[in-house]
Amino acid sequence: MAGGVVGKLMDAALRLENVTAGYDRHPVLHHLHGQIARGELIAIAGPNGGGKSTLLKALMDELPLSQGEIHHAFAPRQRALLAQQKTMETSFPVCVEDMAAFGLWQETGAFRALSRAQRERVHAALEQTGIASLARRAVNELSGGQLQRARFARLILQDAPLLLLDEPFNTIDSRTTDDLFTLIHQWHAAGKTILIVLHDFARVREHFRHVWLIARELVASGAPEAVLTPETLAAAQRTLSEYEANPQQAAVCQRTA
Amino acid sequence: MYDLLIAPFAEFQFMRAALAGCLALAFAATPVGLFLLLRRMSLMGDVMSHAVLPGAAIGYLLYGLSLGAMSVGGIVAGLLVALASGFVARSSALREDASLAAFYLLSMAAGVLIISVRGRNVDLLHVLFGNVLALDSTTLCVIAAISTFTLFALALLWRALIAECHDSEFLRRVSRTSALAHYGFLALVTLNLIGSFHALGTLMAVGIMILPSAAARLCCKHLPAMVAVSVLFAIVGSMIGLLLSFHANLPAGPAIICALGAIYLLALIAAPNGIFGARLRRLFSPHLEH
Repeated sequence: MAGGVVGKLMDAALRLENVTAGYDRHPVLHHLHGQIARGELIAIAGPNGGGKSTLLKALMDELPLSQGEIHHAFAPRQRALLAQQKTMETSFPVCVEDMAAFGLWQETGAFRALSRAQRERVHAALEQTGIASLARRAVNELSGGQLQRARFARLILQDAPLLLLDEPFNTIDSRTTDDLFTLIHQWHAAGKTILIVLHDFARVREHFRHVWLIARELVASGAPEAVLTPETLAAAQRTLSEYEANPQQAAVCQRTA
Repeated sequence: MYDLLIAPFAEFQFMRAALAGCLALAFAATPVGLFLLLRRMSLMGDVMSHAVLPGAAIGYLLYGLSLGAMSVGGIVAGLLVALASGFVARSSALREDASLAAFYLLSMAAGVLIISVRGRNVDLLHVLFGNVLALDSTTLCVIAAISTFTLFALALLWRALIAECHDSEFLRRVSRTSALAHYGFLALVTLNLIGSFHALGTLMAVGIMILPSAAARLCCKHLPAMVAVSVLFAIVGSMIGLLLSFHANLPAGPAIICALGAIYLLALIAAPNGIFGARLRRLFSPHLEH
């Protein structure tokens, strides 16, 4: 079955029930159960190849689920995913302002001109991310950090209640990361539900009260101090190795089903 | 000066027709080529121009050297390949150009074979290299119509096309125009290849799309400026090429492409983003480097 089910979910933003998903019949995620409350700020951590990006794609209805269901409080249009930087063509010479304005796509569509009010919102978003002075600069001339600020501005303009961020601070310097975390906490305070895939455990401990540790399955969840222990991390690595050693995954699947 | 630059156009109708054709191409085919270049699909343009050939050749086989038959055949063949390639690129792991490397040779060989079944060498040369100095008014109308349509289509698709080029994954998430932009653009490429095919032939058609665009890419930072400058380069290059062919009695198509190529090489050397531009800037303002 493909896609998620949008329906009434008391106070949860989304609920995963036995979710198994992947590419070309090779499941990357196995039997995931879990629930995320509305307004929660949560980190998704785990080893490379553990299925973190796959989870975000599944949450965007971009992957067919081979088993299970995802229940959503938010319709597809209310979810926004900030993919990894490498998924975009960074050498295309569009200017920062225009790129950020793509965040308004649901209002402007492909053809309508931007109103004065919309232009002002674009500018405000660039102010918030600290690159208003670069508004007319071509995107391909930006540094990695500046580009990420521009993408955050676009995300602000998308104004979705559910935000999914895939490794937003990869190769980003610490000052930019700090600035962008300030924004994320503002969004959190404003009631948005935010899932962030993160590699940096120090950042997870610093900024999050809730973390999911994923290695093909949900290995642990809870407070960072409880989840990011040497024991659970070793367990996550072990689980991943087991899956990688058994491409058929039959044995493992039976165990966790 | 007048004799050198103006007289050929003022005195000879075929030179005026050639110039009109080139101007039409410069205003439409070149901007399309710029997007092709910026999407890293320059070679794709080559493949497409060859994919057009078997279609045009079949039209030729059935109806002789007829404008309509060859155009329609070329458009059908080009669109088929464009759709197939777009489909392959969007639904498989292969990149567009990689998935079509074989098409390049296959189509070319098939096209040449089909033409040689019935044609003479002169016809083959006409198809391969075009005949910009023998554009009749019907052909001119076809080229002008294609260019006009392209300009409107580009204006309409502008935002979607930029979004698609810049971050197609994002566009697919927020809107359904991604597919429209992608296939619409490939259709525009095909149409403009047909247009320039009549003037410059299949072998050279991509030249007026890519060469001025590459030069403009080296000279400008922003997309609107790039479009304007690429069109300007295309116009200047075609005029130089036509005059060159007139005075030195050279074949016009290759002369135009060579002139465009010379502009590109100049830009490569002297432009701000060219080989030496960056070094010169560093030399004079080392403290501006980060």
